[in-house]
Amino acid sequence: MEELIQHLTPILKEVWGYIFPNEIELHWGILIVLYPYLTGLVAGAFILASLVKVFNVKELQPTYRLAMLTAMAFLIVAPLPLLAHLGHPEKAYEILITPNSTSAMAMFGFVYAWYLMAVLCLEIWFEYRRDIILWAQKETGIKKWIHKIISLFSKDISEKALHFDKKWVKIVTIIGIPSAFLLHGYVGFIFGSIKANPWWSSVLMPIVFLFSAIVSGIAMVLILYMIITPVRGKQLDILCLDKLASYLFYVMIIDFSLEALDFVHRVYESEESIKILAYLVSNKLFISLVVIQLFMGMLIPLAMIALIKIMKSPPDLKKMVYFISAILVQVGIFSTRWNIVIGGQLFSKSFRGLTVYKITFFGLEGFFASVIVFCLPFILLYILTKILPPWEEARNQ
Amino acid sequence: MENKIIKTDKKVERRSFLKKIAILALAPIAFGFLGASDKLKTVKKWMLENGYIPSNHKWGMGIDISKCIGCGRCAVACKNENNVPKEPFFFRTWVERYRIYEDGDIQVDSPNGSIDGFENTRTTNKKMLRSFFVPKICNHCDNPPCVQVCPVGATFKGEDGVVLVDSDYCVGCRYCIQACPYGARFLHPETHTAEKCTFCYHRIVQDKLPACVEVCPTQARVFGELNKKSSPLVRFLRMNKIGILKPSLNTEPKVYYANLDMEVK
Repeated sequence: MEELIQHLTPILKEVWGYIFPNEIELHWGILIVLYPYLTGLVAGAFILASLVKVFNVKELQPTYRLAMLTAMAFLIVAPLPLLAHLGHPEKAYEILITPNSTSAMAMFGFVYAWYLMAVLCLEIWFEYRRDIILWAQKETGIKKWIHKIISLFSKDISEKALHFDKKWVKIVTIIGIPSAFLLHGYVGFIFGSIKANPWWSSVLMPIVFLFSAIVSGIAMVLILYMIITPVRGKQLDILCLDKLASYLFYVMIIDFSLEALDFVHRVYESEESIKILAYLVSNKLFISLVVIQLFMGMLIPLAMIALIKIMKSPPDLKKMVYFISAILVQVGIFSTRWNIVIGGQLFSKSFRGLTVYKITFFGLEGFFASVIVFCLPFILLYILTKILPPWEEARNQ
Repeated sequence: MENKIIKTDKKVERRSFLKKIAILALAPIAFGFLGASDKLKTVKKWMLENGYIPSNHKWGMGIDISKCIGCGRCAVACKNENNVPKEPFFFRTWVERYRIYEDGDIQVDSPNGSIDGFENTRTTNKKMLRSFFVPKICNHCDNPPCVQVCPVGATFKGEDGVVLVDSDYCVGCRYCIQACPYGARFLHPETHTAEKCTFCYHRIVQDKLPACVEVCPTQARVFGELNKKSSPLVRFLRMNKIGILKPSLNTEPKVYYANLDMEVK
């Protein structure tokens, strides 16, 4: 308690205008910024993977398995920031066993469990089954047993069985696309359905979340593919990169249009809250929204990819531009999440004042904790690639 | 023959094994249901002790803005009565001061929720058009957004219309705080659960008035039944022009303001 009081007291002096006295404590901090960012990457990576299986985009085959594992790694970590931010993490199980049926948040456990078990685990299992069985046959020791257990002791790699696997990968992916939409659209709904908060309350919120998720997922897989492949001493597949960048470009155009629509709609309707929101955007959020999210994270990458596509550029230049664009997009999407979650709490519901967000460094909700949460999926991904190598050569063994 | 016996043994083994698995899987769920049935423990105890039947009541509050002098006694009494932390970040009720100037400029403040009183500092020479105090409190909405969003149902609207939080059940996710349009909720820094005005529930089950109403020197606050003609609140609603806060949000507040100004949000 002492710590909290020490943290809040200086904020009293930095409040602009009038805010309700209970609003000085900002309730959802950086961990809740991470949550939609991480689930967005899950949904985005999965949608990218599904392009290969459902829409037959052959060029993206080199990133298919990597995208699946990325989705898995981020999905496993996604609930952690939520759990860490609860006042009583030890009671979190109540959300699963006695959920309140009118609460959007109560659906989290079910949407999450469905996505993890019915979509990702199943698809990865069917996709890898043949390889796991073959690996287990060749290996010895603990690795053999890990693979045996993951294959659930199945041994059948007859033509018929493999055909069955293939069919089911496709079916699961088809179920998976709406599920991925549900997973992230639902996160958007958590914010979009809060009528008390005009910055959040928008019917476009779930769909904006979704498209920004796809943008971030594609960019993340592109970054991972471009880092991992040279590290493994392999050649980057330029056709695959071109395709990834094209999809990134198209989805960014949709995302940008949706966000522009949201903006124009707000300004045009000019409701009660417009003055304080305009002040919020032009002051507290100017750097993170206008500079980082809009220019750095959206317009510059769009322009760069467009230019490189129009002009016939050498592959090396292309690679560099794609990589820089993807990094910028990543920063931009993180900033988007920040602007939604933190931005939505910086103005008072009295519409008469603004407060500040001061990030702490230590503690469960501090900066370091969130850095750890952010790094975890990459560590997990490393472990996953050791157990289930997504590389082509591992497959052809 | 021997073979057969072994086979049936295996079957029995499998059956008992599956049974055990099922029990293991169901145990936490059963545990949760027990927890849920235990939910209203404290509240029920009060009710039973005092012969209080919630369905016989529907509580509300009237606040006459023209009577409030901004003394802040209500906010002090509330903190004392309900063990609200004394720091200026946690309030179940507070009083705001509005100063509206001729040029349309509006100043609103509530230093320490009005507990330390209001300083008579005039920062401008502009002529004042009107000025008044507004006591704020949980509106005990009939259509409460906080109750709608609570993931575990820890916050609920009782049969008597009072919106309460069961701190034994609250997980501290703070979604209700985000959903409240009136800033009436906070997270208790010690229990880490959501907190708000209860209309002094422990007092009303004993037929007493909420602390803020009891101490108000000008009777700016009126507490009472909404469904009983003889109640002082019904009289208040009959005698005054009534306004509610943020009517466009359709929360249906049960805190009614007389002489409410358009600038109050």
